[in-house]
Amino acid sequence: MRHALNVAIGPVSFRVGSAWRSPVAALAGLYRDYPAPADEVCDFTVRLEPEKPWRRWLRPSVAIHGDYMLPDAAPLSLAHGLLAAEMGMNLQMALGQKRFLLLHAATVERGGRAVILTGESGAGKSTLAALLGERGWRLMGDEFALLDCESGMLHPFPRAISLKNGSIEVMRKVAGEGRLGPVLEGTPKGTIRHLKPRPEAIARMTEPARPALILFPRFGADRAMRPVGAAEVFVRLTQASTNYVALASRGFDSLSGLVATCPAMAIDYPDADTAISLVEALFRELPQ
Amino acid sequence: MAGPIYAADGPGAIRAVPLDGLVALFHRPSGMTHIVAPPAPQILEALQEGPADARTLLARIAAVYEIGEGSAEAIEARLAELEEAGLVRRA
Repeated sequence: MRHALNVAIGPVSFRVGSAWRSPVAALAGLYRDYPAPADEVCDFTVRLEPEKPWRRWLRPSVAIHGDYMLPDAAPLSLAHGLLAAEMGMNLQMALGQKRFLLLHAATVERGGRAVILTGESGAGKSTLAALLGERGWRLMGDEFALLDCESGMLHPFPRAISLKNGSIEVMRKVAGEGRLGPVLEGTPKGTIRHLKPRPEAIARMTEPARPALILFPRFGADRAMRPVGAAEVFVRLTQASTNYVALASRGFDSLSGLVATCPAMAIDYPDADTAISLVEALFRELPQ
Repeated sequence: MAGPIYAADGPGAIRAVPLDGLVALFHRPSGMTHIVAPPAPQILEALQEGPADARTLLARIAAVYEIGEGSAEAIEARLAELEEAGLVRRA
């Protein structure tokens, strides 16, 4: 590939290659402060290639390729090349990860104990995790929670946080312009900007944490919370996992172990301050 | 008249984890996960003693658990569901 970048995010390394300079340059900007992988050979390869050979120049269209492929992944415009790179990295993890049970969830940590924030896309978990990451919590990741099948520990995967639409301005005010990536307008998910995690989150990205609390946040409703029963948590987390079925009995053992040891709550919130106060209160009530 | 005889896979085929009154089952031969309510886990446990019809299963379960009236019908119905799910089969 003409342009390439190797990057380690938590326990996983990626090689992102591209036929064009711009997606790799944008990615290099976002991941400038991350360490290069210790090993030359990366866990996953992402290739951003023209959909057809001539499309490198003519209305460039980026197809996402890699070790693991979805046959009908729609190509993106070159202006969204950074998004394509991020989606490619997510896809390789989602389809190829064998060591960890992957949960589509954000995670934050304090005092060695992690809170898992999961829920449907648009529930506000990325923004909530990003805000907590600015208020004394360590952001472990906004996209995937990595549950180690052997130890039951959660490993960080602190990618640049993908902020969408209204969240961009919220986080720009809190974190400042300097930590934000380029504006990607008109993507399939609306406007997107990436936020670099705080330096501490990157410096501690190989440090796992014990899962302590599972939350199902929902933005846009009045302040409310209710406990979620273990069977419901189990089912919702199998749905939130990208590789539960592929891991077979290891996935079952990991997930049932997590559900058995972690209390779970659904929280509704009308605004960020309410959400943060709910998380803080629930975390304080956890048995030591 | 005795009903159909059912059988289940042998020990080790199913992992069961209780979850708030329900039970999560991982069925190794199929790789499928099921969430079941009583008396389904008890039926599967009772089938470990060997293939049986609903009436025999009811007797095996009653030897261990307290069960109310109408349970034979309930066990017939649960057996049909478990067969549909691939967790038991006709012997």
